[in-house]
Amino acid sequence: MLQNRFKLFLSFILAIFIAFSQPSFAWVQSETNNSQEQEQTEQSSSNEEDEDAEEQDEEETEDAEQGDEETDEEAAEENEDDAETAAVDEGSDESKTQASSSEKSSVSPQNDNEDTVTSQALKTIVYYIFLFIIISAVVAIFNRIFSIYKLTQVMNGKYSYIKENSIQAVLLIVFLILFLAGVYYSYAVWGKWSFRKAATEHGQNIDSMFIVTTVLTTIVLVLMHILLLGFSYVYRLKPNRRASFYPHNNTLEIIWTVVPFVVLTSLIIYGSVIWKRIFDVPEDLKNSAIQIEVLGEQFSWQVRYPGPDGEFGKRNFKLTTPTNSYGIDFNDKKAWDDLRASDIVIPVNRPVRFHILSKDIIHSFYIPDFRVQMNAVPGMTNYFQFTPTMTTEEMREKMDDPEYDFIMLCAKICGTGHYNMQKKVVVVTESEYQQWLNEQNKFFTDDMKKEFSVNENIDKDDSKESATASLN
Amino acid sequence: MSSTAITPEASFQDSHEEKQSFIKKYVFSTDHKMIAKQFLITAIIMAFFALLLSILFRIQLAWPDKDFPVLEFFLGKWAEGGRIKPDFYLALVTIHGTIMVFFVLTAGLSGTFSNLLIPLQIGARDMAAPFVNMLSYWFFLGSCVVMTASFFVESGPAAAGWTVYPPLSAVPTAISGSGLGTTMWLLSIFMFIISQILGGVNYISTILNMRTKGMDLWKMPLTIWSLFITAIVGLVSFPVLVSAVVLLFFDRSAGTSFYLSDLVIGGEILPNEGGSPILYEHLFWFLGHPEVYIAILPAFGIVSEVLSINSRKPIFGYHAMVYSLMAIAVLSVIVWGHHMFVTGMNPFLGGVFMLTTLIIAIPSAVKAFNYTATLWRGNIRFTPAMLFAIGMVSFFISGGLTGLFTGNATIDIQIHDTYFIVAHFHFVMGSASMFGMLAAVYHWYPKLYGRMLDNQLGYIHFWLTFIGAYLVFFPMHFMGIDGVPRRYYAFTEFPFMEKWVSVNILITWAAVIAGLAQIAFVWNFFYSMRNGKKASKNPWRATTLEWTTEVKHIHGNWEGEIPTVYRWPYDYSKPGHPDDFIPQTVPHSETMSSNLLQDFHDNEEAIKIQKEWNKENNRVESES
Repeated sequence: MLQNRFKLFLSFILAIFIAFSQPSFAWVQSETNNSQEQEQTEQSSSNEEDEDAEEQDEEETEDAEQGDEETDEEAAEENEDDAETAAVDEGSDESKTQASSSEKSSVSPQNDNEDTVTSQALKTIVYYIFLFIIISAVVAIFNRIFSIYKLTQVMNGKYSYIKENSIQAVLLIVFLILFLAGVYYSYAVWGKWSFRKAATEHGQNIDSMFIVTTVLTTIVLVLMHILLLGFSYVYRLKPNRRASFYPHNNTLEIIWTVVPFVVLTSLIIYGSVIWKRIFDVPEDLKNSAIQIEVLGEQFSWQVRYPGPDGEFGKRNFKLTTPTNSYGIDFNDKKAWDDLRASDIVIPVNRPVRFHILSKDIIHSFYIPDFRVQMNAVPGMTNYFQFTPTMTTEEMREKMDDPEYDFIMLCAKICGTGHYNMQKKVVVVTESEYQQWLNEQNKFFTDDMKKEFSVNENIDKDDSKESATASLN
Repeated sequence: MSSTAITPEASFQDSHEEKQSFIKKYVFSTDHKMIAKQFLITAIIMAFFALLLSILFRIQLAWPDKDFPVLEFFLGKWAEGGRIKPDFYLALVTIHGTIMVFFVLTAGLSGTFSNLLIPLQIGARDMAAPFVNMLSYWFFLGSCVVMTASFFVESGPAAAGWTVYPPLSAVPTAISGSGLGTTMWLLSIFMFIISQILGGVNYISTILNMRTKGMDLWKMPLTIWSLFITAIVGLVSFPVLVSAVVLLFFDRSAGTSFYLSDLVIGGEILPNEGGSPILYEHLFWFLGHPEVYIAILPAFGIVSEVLSINSRKPIFGYHAMVYSLMAIAVLSVIVWGHHMFVTGMNPFLGGVFMLTTLIIAIPSAVKAFNYTATLWRGNIRFTPAMLFAIGMVSFFISGGLTGLFTGNATIDIQIHDTYFIVAHFHFVMGSASMFGMLAAVYHWYPKLYGRMLDNQLGYIHFWLTFIGAYLVFFPMHFMGIDGVPRRYYAFTEFPFMEKWVSVNILITWAAVIAGLAQIAFVWNFFYSMRNGKKASKNPWRATTLEWTTEVKHIHGNWEGEIPTVYRWPYDYSKPGHPDDFIPQTVPHSETMSSNLLQDFHDNEEAIKIQKEWNKENNRVESES
């Protein structure tokens, strides 16, 4: 019976193989094959499930039969070898041959068919479905071999649930070892890739907080996994042992409530202190810092420096025009000296206060190396003040990468270009900064002047109405 | 609808009327067991759909420069030239998240197992309001259909992230998915919330009113406790999402400005003024955060039950487990602000939300320790359900610990909206809840279908999924620390991200393999329905009431009288008793040799009788 099913299975494999060698019909044929194949696997698996029923029959015929059973199977597989030159249980080899054959076949129809892309796509689909069926078949066969093995064990009286159970326990221990090795590997390799020291003052505080938390959590992670998986292994099912009835232990429970409480309280206090230091900036420091405004829009950033007067001109979104894409209200004279910058350039070791705005969608102003992130929300201004401690040059030296740049990117989903909404951040020395400032252009260009003088005239005609109201 | 509540007598008569039409029995069923199956199968289908979506965007992330003509064949204009388009990519992550969070981990987990277990474990004939229960399922199915249908809309499904923050989700010109797709998203979620509220009311009233004789609250299994608390949390928080969704709907369709102000989109100046997206964020996360606990709480209950049964030991610290569930539930509604540390919310609030958030770690830690202590000195059977339960605890530890980073406002500045967050919630609510759900499916399958699942396939499924999930999500932490934001269509535009493409390939392969492993589960699930080994009445030798029902499903659950409950549900391996479990229905008078004095609480008469018996039989009560 088993042999029959294997022959059936074999013929289906063959059918698919033939389907492959005739690319033009591949899709249609493989579809039918597919459904049949599924039935086939169903049958073969049902066979597997039938083992229990067969068990009884086989018990009558005893050991000799079992031997036959297994050799039958081997023979079946050998048959397959002959037929296809690829054994099913060497699935990877087969898939390679299939890969090459599908590649070959995919070349020829490209010339014949107009709709090459589609046919190629179809072939890829067929190929992957086929690959999947092969893998499933391999799994099914291994599963069968295993269940037959189990069956022989049962009949020899060697089978024990306890043994099978212990296999899982051992696997859990193997997993534990791999897990710990994996944690070590990822910390050592990926951790090195990912962690760079912050290049700002407050960032160093965040880093120390981060490191403390990492050390704590890693200890707990490792210990808890050793306990969890270790206990699973040590206390696996054993005959003649009874689990201990141990419903609670108040002392223990109090300990493991209080200890996390203490640890967390200290983390909270530590975190709050740093948090307050970052966001609770005294009024005079706010004013003495360099003010820079960034405006997020889909999918770029505009940067505005306040110019010599140190104050930004008003912005009114209703004034946005193609020339005045920032929406600056030039009726406010403070706006006349505002500078447009293509990059964010800031001097080292001086506090900078960013005014973060959005023109359309919520964006996020995020500079990973600075540990700076703040959302740009339409309709409101957010602030983030920080002091860079490292120039771009110094960072490049440290990273040993002459191309390295600080980068500001958008971290809040904002549409199709979200993945590429960046602005270079350059940290320079004070003198370079002043020099750079002098080279920047004003927002209030000639075009803008023209546009606004017209507007101003209208303003005068309307007389005494507020600028914003008149402009719309 | 309370008039349709089944009285014990009425439903008992029902059980003799077996001649139900097909439609009444399988489609518009009011039987809680059938509704549980409907929830479960719908959730499995939706989970596969969401899994497929995730594989699609994983392919894009791993091979951003490669064409896959296959994709064009299936997706048409969304993958022209075999490459997924950025707006479709965003739609994929959006719908993946929505389906997984709402349809699979909320409806699929608490919907299925509340329906199945509440009546069976507390000893009730059916839910308090079976018709409402049926409605709950049909609203859920409706929302699934609408959500899936949004893929067939010209402008594509919602693509603003599963949180659908306005203005991106409110302005159709901002992204194509914010057209009809988002309207459908909102409609779907609206129906889903109705489903959840109908279900939640039902679960709570059933648990409070329909417990069998002797089943006081402290004799309920932890599954029931967790489902009860989940339902309460859902009932408190889901209505707030309704308000968020309805206001967003008005903003989109009626020209209101609840969330919108000062917008210039694509050069067009919008007239909206005075609203704030921050309002939406508050409303959304007021549900959104409890929502993640709605997903994990039932898993806690399920895992408690499975760990205890399979290690043949009472769950360690039953009362502590219940109190920690309550603490988590209470805290869960006052921590939503930790999703908004860097949105420009008042920094003072940041400190407050950091406090409440990190405090949740305490009851969570208690749970993790108690699970581990339950294994200690047990006699552990590794059924697939048990392995999934252990896996759940492992994920819960791994993901919970990273919560100390994300919940800390200062560290959150660096990792907010990066892959670190993705890794964190995929462990703690994604994988952990999913493993809780799978543990439950493996454990209660005999109760659902009267047959056993194949163990071997279960083991294959577990190992591939467990290792796969670790390989997928663990590396993401490091990307996040490096500053790679989430929902990025490709890592090609930034020099510092290029090193992660190789890791992305690893992740994608792990995801594909773990995804394929789910086929072993589905095969097992559907195949065993008809061909699995027949289950016995109590295959796991468990104590709770559901295992006292017949294998064959009958309307009304128990033939004859509903059994009375005498003891708590965790009398495993009690010293002095010949068996290693004592069902809840066995009175203490039948187990004199194993009774402990604290079993009687303050019932002095019972204590006196026990003491006398002890004296007569020379039994010295061992210290526990």
